[in-house]
Amino acid sequence: MKDLSEIKSQHLDILKEVGNIGAGNAATALSQMLHKVIDMKVPAVKVVPFTEISDAVGGEEAVVAAVFLRIEGEAPGNMFFMLPVNEANDLIRQLIGDPSLHLQQEPIDEMGASALCEVGNILAGSYLSSLSDFTKLNLQPTPPAVAVDMTMALLSAGLVELSEAGDYAIVIDTEINEKDQDNTIQSKGHFFLLPDPDSLEKIFRSLGVNMDE
Amino acid sequence: MNNLVKVGMADLNTATPPETIRTSGLGSCVGVVIYDEKAKISGMAHIMLPDSSFARSGILNRAKYADTAIQDLIKKMIVLGVSKYRLKAKIAGGAQMFKFSSNSEAMRIGPRNVVAVKETLQGLNISIVYEDVGGSSGRTIEFNPATSILEIRTVNKGVVQV
Repeated sequence: MKDLSEIKSQHLDILKEVGNIGAGNAATALSQMLHKVIDMKVPAVKVVPFTEISDAVGGEEAVVAAVFLRIEGEAPGNMFFMLPVNEANDLIRQLIGDPSLHLQQEPIDEMGASALCEVGNILAGSYLSSLSDFTKLNLQPTPPAVAVDMTMALLSAGLVELSEAGDYAIVIDTEINEKDQDNTIQSKGHFFLLPDPDSLEKIFRSLGVNMDE
Repeated sequence: MNNLVKVGMADLNTATPPETIRTSGLGSCVGVVIYDEKAKISGMAHIMLPDSSFARSGILNRAKYADTAIQDLIKKMIVLGVSKYRLKAKIAGGAQMFKFSSNSEAMRIGPRNVVAVKETLQGLNISIVYEDVGGSSGRTIEFNPATSILEIRTVNKGVVQV
């Protein structure tokens, strides 16, 4: 596939399923970690210009906490788990039991960053292992890195490979929500999976789908 | 806010008073402002990659690469009436947003963008009067061609005017 704009809706549907399975597993893992109900939405799979990726998490300048991993193996790509910084604070405070923790400071709180890294690691690991089971592709996450900053600035770190091939990214975005007893949404996280330019074709081929159909 | 010219990622544009020109969320990207203080004409590019030889596809977005974006921006500004010899530059960005134990080439893109921007400007004899590059913070920049002041905003350090 030369151009992402050639992608057809049935291909997007397949990626939606891939995202669904991956994030479903990740939500279960998070739920077990926090002993809370975690809900996920049907993933949105879109081909979008770079600048629009951040729309899902509040725009280019919204301050978010992000865990970033590079996926290595047969279908390399980049993966982000992002959530608004206030919600990341709440999440990490619950995990490490330190109510005064604040992630948005320089240098970043080491304990907090490491806890968030671990959350990202577990989520990404469960996402990737189901993706890998589903596609029979060998995929491994690199150790994650954490940062708190403007959405677009963080995302740009994961767009290098894609930007060498074009100005569009295929984004598999899954929203996961933490709910309290009254079913009110407490926090919203987003998974972004950004396959490298050549990886899409490999994912489709492994699922028995011909890109040229 | 109607007088705000926005420059997206891998994009470039020009502004003259009363307009100001702005780009948001520079991470590893570099924001280049080129301006003619006397003619009060300014241009900005949001550069993602160092060199147009990186391009893999046939259709090239010239605004994405340091070499081609700066050339095109200057061409555009000359049409508006700047003097090539009065042009100065202010640059910001080129951060490394995430710290990885393994430093892959892709992770080092910020510093490489900065080097490429500086080399291109130097090759065109444009002096860099201010630079805020590197580090690990995202930056939003806004330039006012009437005053030649560049405003740099970061999440942790607030707003700096230079």
